[in-house]
Amino acid sequence: MAYSNKVIDHYENPRNVGSMDKNAEDVGTGLVGAPACGDVMKLQLRISDDGIIEDAKFKTFGCGSAIASSSLVTELVKGRSVEFAMSINNAMIAEELKLPPVKIHCSVLAEDAIKAAIADFKQKRAKKADAVAAASAASE
Amino acid sequence: MSLKLPIYLDNHATTRVDPKVLEVMLPFLTEVFGNAGSRNHAFGWAAQEAVERAREQVASLIGADPKEIIFTSGATESDNLAILGVAHFYKEKGKHLITQLTEHKAVLDACHALEKEGFEITYLPVAADGRIRLEDLAVAIRPDTTLVSIMWANNEVGTIQDITAIGKLCRERGVFFHTDAVQGIGKLPFNVASMNVDMASISAHKMYGPKGIGVLYVRRGRPRIRLEPTMFGGGQERGIRSGTHAVHQIVGMGAACAVAADAMRDGEAERIRELRDYLWTKLQENLDELYLNGSWEHRLPGNLNISFAFCEGEAMMMAIKDLAVSSGSACTSASLEPSYVLRAMGVDVELAHTSIRFGIGRFTTREEIDYAVQNITDKVRWLREMSPLYEMVKEGIDIKSIEWTAH
Repeated sequence: MAYSNKVIDHYENPRNVGSMDKNAEDVGTGLVGAPACGDVMKLQLRISDDGIIEDAKFKTFGCGSAIASSSLVTELVKGRSVEFAMSINNAMIAEELKLPPVKIHCSVLAEDAIKAAIADFKQKRAKKADAVAAASAASE
Repeated sequence: MSLKLPIYLDNHATTRVDPKVLEVMLPFLTEVFGNAGSRNHAFGWAAQEAVERAREQVASLIGADPKEIIFTSGATESDNLAILGVAHFYKEKGKHLITQLTEHKAVLDACHALEKEGFEITYLPVAADGRIRLEDLAVAIRPDTTLVSIMWANNEVGTIQDITAIGKLCRERGVFFHTDAVQGIGKLPFNVASMNVDMASISAHKMYGPKGIGVLYVRRGRPRIRLEPTMFGGGQERGIRSGTHAVHQIVGMGAACAVAADAMRDGEAERIRELRDYLWTKLQENLDELYLNGSWEHRLPGNLNISFAFCEGEAMMMAIKDLAVSSGSACTSASLEPSYVLRAMGVDVELAHTSIRFGIGRFTTREEIDYAVQNITDKVRWLREMSPLYEMVKEGIDIKSIEWTAH
């Protein structure tokens, strides 16, 4: 596969590889893809109370462009708002990495990973709010 | 001796021309340039003599008569000629052929072409070790079957079929037997008589000869095999394969056969097998979760096909870029489907994505294998460190229990 230098760079020197505690309240985890399809991405975001992505980590099983797409995404979202992260789409990732047409699905997967991680975080927040509301209702 | 990178470990794809072969070929690109079909002058005679000598060399390697050797442009053409040639010639007798799911595309696609013409093809399944069951073949042969085509050794997993038994069964049942013998010839002993073979495809470039030249062995004697040509013209090769003889390549193929016969006598297969076994042993010492694809017992000496679980094949090949290997991963194929050979053997699709094929050959050294072991070990660890699946397995999560979203 003829890849751009950017893909090679992200593949050979992947940024922000690692894991966070998936049970932590301020961590949203997105796990997308399928082993049978040859790629699985796990993206984790640590999000502050005011909606800023303070840290991002990934682990990816997949081809070179899948690894590069996830690495790029962690770089893009770190220090940015949740709203900005939600605005990232696969075309931006594919364009930035100059992915060949057969590898576009890797960028789609990376977009899905962001959305899944944020959805997980929001769900945790909602549960926590419910728990707080329930607790205060019970104490009344 | 310093190690030269990258290291070639893809000897199923092609092999380097042996210097001894090249030396024999060169004069036929310069002073001996005649057309072997020119019967009336010295240039033609010299070329013809060279072609006939090469024919003898090929025949001698496989225990055939030189008259049974048809030169072609390569094994793809040989496979096509054997399959289409028999199917078309005997179409009044029957329009049924038998092959297997793990054949090379040259056989499968020739069969697909026949299906479009109204022929019926049976694709035999293979067991987990990559071999067909003789019982399956016995049941599949019908009164209207004209040809069985089963390869000798598989190009991906190196699995060797029991050609002798298959050939015997075909002979008993009165159907012709063709084998694509490309991967095995010149590496392991092959004898058309004792192995009951009617037709065999051979390629020079898989055995340290030049590309662009191959042979179809067609048995003579009774019952006679008749082929309808796929190439028409000057009537060369007894009218079965027209076209001016590529003398330099034919000479190269003959020389490659002679060199291979010597190498076999000198224990080349054993040396290569030792290197292959050493590679496999060392990798298993260093890494967990490795899965061998194909039979260990019935295997080409130079073949190792392993699934490195949790390391996708294309990423793996990018990581070990100093090693020239090949992968059954979808991401390395144009179709985005993982290897059909591994799938036919029942290998999990997840594991098929992580398969790497190593092909050790005549010019592979122990030093190169040592380098490969270290390189692969480091890179597999690095990729697994990055793999969410490996992490989950280490946490005790059953990956198969997760509901993945296919995409």
